[in-house]
Amino acid sequence: MNDHAATGAAVDDSTVVLGIETSCDETAVACVRGGREVLSSVVSSQVDLHARYGGVVPEIASRAHNELIIPVLARAMLEAGLDGEDVDAVAATTGPGLIGALLVGVSAAKALALAWDVPFVSVNHLEAHLYAGFLEDPDLQFPMVVLLVSGGHTLLVHVTDHGRYRLLGQTLDDAAGEAFDKVARFLGLGYPGGPAIDSVAMSGDPEAIRFPRSMIDDGLDLSFSGLKTAVVNHVRANPQVATEDVAASFQQAVVDVLVAKARRAAESTGAVALALGGGVAANSLLREQFLGACAEDGLHAFLPSRELCTDNAAMIASTGWYRLRRDGATPLDCGADPNERLAPSS
Amino acid sequence: MNRRTVRLRTTSADSTRDAAAALAELARPGDLLLLVGDLGSGKTAFCQGFGRGLGVDEQITSPTFALVQSYTGRLDLNHLDVYRLQQVGEAHDLGLSELLDDGGVTLIEWGDTITAVLPADFLEVHLQAAGDPEHRSIDLVAVGPTWSARVRSVRTALDPWLDEAAAGPEDGAGSC
Repeated sequence: MNDHAATGAAVDDSTVVLGIETSCDETAVACVRGGREVLSSVVSSQVDLHARYGGVVPEIASRAHNELIIPVLARAMLEAGLDGEDVDAVAATTGPGLIGALLVGVSAAKALALAWDVPFVSVNHLEAHLYAGFLEDPDLQFPMVVLLVSGGHTLLVHVTDHGRYRLLGQTLDDAAGEAFDKVARFLGLGYPGGPAIDSVAMSGDPEAIRFPRSMIDDGLDLSFSGLKTAVVNHVRANPQVATEDVAASFQQAVVDVLVAKARRAAESTGAVALALGGGVAANSLLREQFLGACAEDGLHAFLPSRELCTDNAAMIASTGWYRLRRDGATPLDCGADPNERLAPSS
Repeated sequence: MNRRTVRLRTTSADSTRDAAAALAELARPGDLLLLVGDLGSGKTAFCQGFGRGLGVDEQITSPTFALVQSYTGRLDLNHLDVYRLQQVGEAHDLGLSELLDDGGVTLIEWGDTITAVLPADFLEVHLQAAGDPEHRSIDLVAVGPTWSARVRSVRTALDPWLDEAAAGPEDGAGSC
């Protein structure tokens, strides 16, 4: 994409990258030194704003990012104790995400890079989730399999080195987090759906209803649309059914599939570690069963903290550091791409 | 049931995809289809089949998160989901008029909620459960000239899925 490799020479453990993330719900800015040391990570959650609408509204998202980007940036600099001259590069998410929202972060990052005369680095949001593990787990080793599960994505990725990864499987229809959101809305549990179902399911029976585990024995792709439909059909046919039991049985079906696929991916690639990422990684049942599966299979398990599950800028800054070291700066005429794919392994 | 409506019955998500693929054979640049139906009624399955009929190779997934996803095929496919939009005005942010003018075919899930900002020329696809949990009743309703002129060919192309019981005597007339 670029060959400003000269800038790569100066990238070392003292290099501070400021990262900006505005691809969806969160306006986030972070400062990370050497790719791993988080100096500050500020996330201004917009979830309250969106809760009233039951989802991400693009116009609201871009306007809110616009209002929040400067205060969040100022706080991230203050918390890190940095001035502009201390920042060595500025990274921003260029996709995938909502175009209006992405542009706020990309434009801010380019403006800062110009003003401070430092490199700009474009970061793929999905690649950044793969890097979350390196911020919290010094023992995480290649080759690993990352299960990335969020409202917009459900992916299994084989990572053999920094910047070297291969997509093993992905959802063929709905993302896992989207299924949580839609089922929660259908059950009248509110938004965001993940935490709502997680807490209601605590008092339900996960064996009460045997929902389908779509494609559980079939390859590494996933599918959650049929499960969503099965929940809708079951509740319509049994209006008296306890919501707690529906939530618990639905959650069990999702987690069974995710864990089975992750184990198979690790086994088939010979990975030594399994890492979870994305918003659904905060789900308590998934964390518990993921850890149990890793212990049984002798795999190193990485579970991100709650802060790193959700979108944040620390992972953007970290990925930006690795990308800058490997590929150098990104030209300033690089745009934002709402459909940006996870680039194939080099 | 009037002559601008074609009623189909499908027996599985795959048969919904097959019917949609057959419909896509009739698609022309600039076509607009609105998909209407409850959660789990098969809107995304319909779009997947339609995309296959347009020659899209890529996997078509739910656009709920990204709102707009575009694919390359014989004709390009713009797949939108306005489920998360609550105010019609917000649809302007999606760049709808640009999408409709770009020579591709545009499918909008939950599109009936934003007809106020759409040209009055589209095919409305109503999907609903029909008895058996796997079965769907699908009404194709032509609104405006573009699709009204094609009702007869739609009926021919979708013959295997026509819901005979619902076909009224006037349906065969097909004059517009």
